[in-house]
Amino acid sequence: MKYHCPKTFADAAQIAADATGVIRYLAGGTDVLVQMRAGMVTPDDMIDLKHIPGVKEIVQNADGSWTIGVAVAGAELGAHAGFCADYPGIVEGLELVGSTQVQGRATLTGNLCNGSPAADSVPAMIAAGAVAHVVGPNGARDVAVADIPVGPGKTSLTKGELISAFTIPARGAQGGDAYLRFTPRTEMDIAVVGCAVNLTLDGDRVASARVAMGAVAPTVIVMDQAADAIIGTTLDPQALDTMATIVSGAVKPISDKRGTAEFRTDIAGVLAKRAAKIAYDRAKGTK
Amino acid sequence: MSKIHITTKVNGEEVEFLADPRDTLLDCLRDQLELTGTKEGCSTGDCGACSVTVDGTLVCSCLMLGVEAQDKQIETIEGMAEDGELHPLQRKFIEHAALQCGFCTPGILVAAKALLAKNPDPNETEVRYWLAGNLCRCTGYDKIIRAVMDAAAEMRGAA
Ligand SMILES: Cc1cc2nc3c(=O)[nH]c(=O)nc-3n(C[C@H](O)[C@H](O)[C@H](O)COP(=O)(O)OP(=O)(O)OC[C@H]3O[C@@H](n4cnc5c(N)ncnc54)[C@H](O)[C@@H]3O)c2cc1C
Ligand code: FES
Ligand code: FES
Repeated sequence: MKYHCPKTFADAAQIAADATGVIRYLAGGTDVLVQMRAGMVTPDDMIDLKHIPGVKEIVQNADGSWTIGVAVAGAELGAHAGFCADYPGIVEGLELVGSTQVQGRATLTGNLCNGSPAADSVPAMIAAGAVAHVVGPNGARDVAVADIPVGPGKTSLTKGELISAFTIPARGAQGGDAYLRFTPRTEMDIAVVGCAVNLTLDGDRVASARVAMGAVAPTVIVMDQAADAIIGTTLDPQALDTMATIVSGAVKPISDKRGTAEFRTDIAGVLAKRAAKIAYDRAKGTK
Repeated sequence: MSKIHITTKVNGEEVEFLADPRDTLLDCLRDQLELTGTKEGCSTGDCGACSVTVDGTLVCSCLMLGVEAQDKQIETIEGMAEDGELHPLQRKFIEHAALQCGFCTPGILVAAKALLAKNPDPNETEVRYWLAGNLCRCTGYDKIIRAVMDAAAEMRGAA
């Protein structure tokens, strides 16, 4: 294995594009090193991104949006008061990843690009409408985070492409988000179901909403119909029940050792209701 | 496989070693630098026996490559006692009998020290969550938690 420390994203993309064997980018390494150890992947080229300027930065732009570097670890994002106030749901998603030790390294980027349908930070990123800036051998493009995962372990990034940063839209007034997951244990476990809700209010009514679910399909999925069920409402019990019914009807989970498909279907609706309520309270400023 | 020459600081001392790029920091600490206090329990980030701090951040040394250690400040269990004096955490672990086989102990001590550096006055729940990634198959955790709380109290008093 060759270890590379490029100083620019263009160089990183070039190394990846020129590679003839298996490549991996190294952000926090908490997925890659485990996979190497298990013999699941044996990279020929390991491209460490942590020497590229800006990868550890969390910046609020003039328009209120946020730019998050690709090597920002969970502990760093969780320590940023401004970002935590705007997007507590994204922060709680990333902070659910592993232990304190894993938090010292694990990133949003790795969580997304590893491609697990149960990745804890991805639903809230998608619900927030986050955009990935992608650099490749043929230039740069912007891709909605929702369009990055295409299947378990698979992304829409092509050979030589990598993510250089994320932009998360301005929070604006009266907005809130939340992420909840179900796990048998409180710590160090993988989501049986995960659900993120991001919404904005106009007075007491939901003006806009996005609902994203993890671990219930081959990728994290967006549920537009579920969001439609709460838009225009005050999140009254009836609206919540309608949303839960839509969510449970739309998920396509598998049965495995963590839970049966029936259990996941039921829990998906329950979590969607709870996450929506938390997001609503946060948007109201009551939580 | 060409090895990479790494210069870094471990417990305040400048060290050098030759790392195969596939070696973890844990491999390098134990096999190149002969610092075998840091333990290998799982090598997959689950047990915390390999805990060290890198530039002040608590990490699993099994989840970091040795070649990533260039120009860092690494702290391991070997740096915890100073001038032959046990650190308060170490003393309290002995007092409270917070260990049996001792395999998890270096990782837990390093992790607990990192917690107290960040939060000198943690409550029990905070200690338990912070140490959730440090597995112990012997003690049942209770004595570990009590030893950490007691050490924290002593350190606050001494400060
Ligand atoms: C003990 C333990 C517990 C865990 N618990 C959880 C959990 O509860 N929930 C959860 O979701 N995950 C969990 N994980 C998995 C892992 O920690 C997360 O997925 C983490 O966010 C990965 O981030 P990373 O920076 O470490 O990724 P890395 O391992 O560095 O990279 C992961 C993948 O992303 C690719 N990649 C990295 N950067 C880029 C880039 N800029 N552009 C394109 N591709 C890139 C790499 O090539 C690689 O394939 C756990 C892992 C461990 C070891
Ligand atoms: S050996 Fe690193 S966490 Fe178990
Ligand atoms: S004392 Fe034996 S593993 Fe903790």
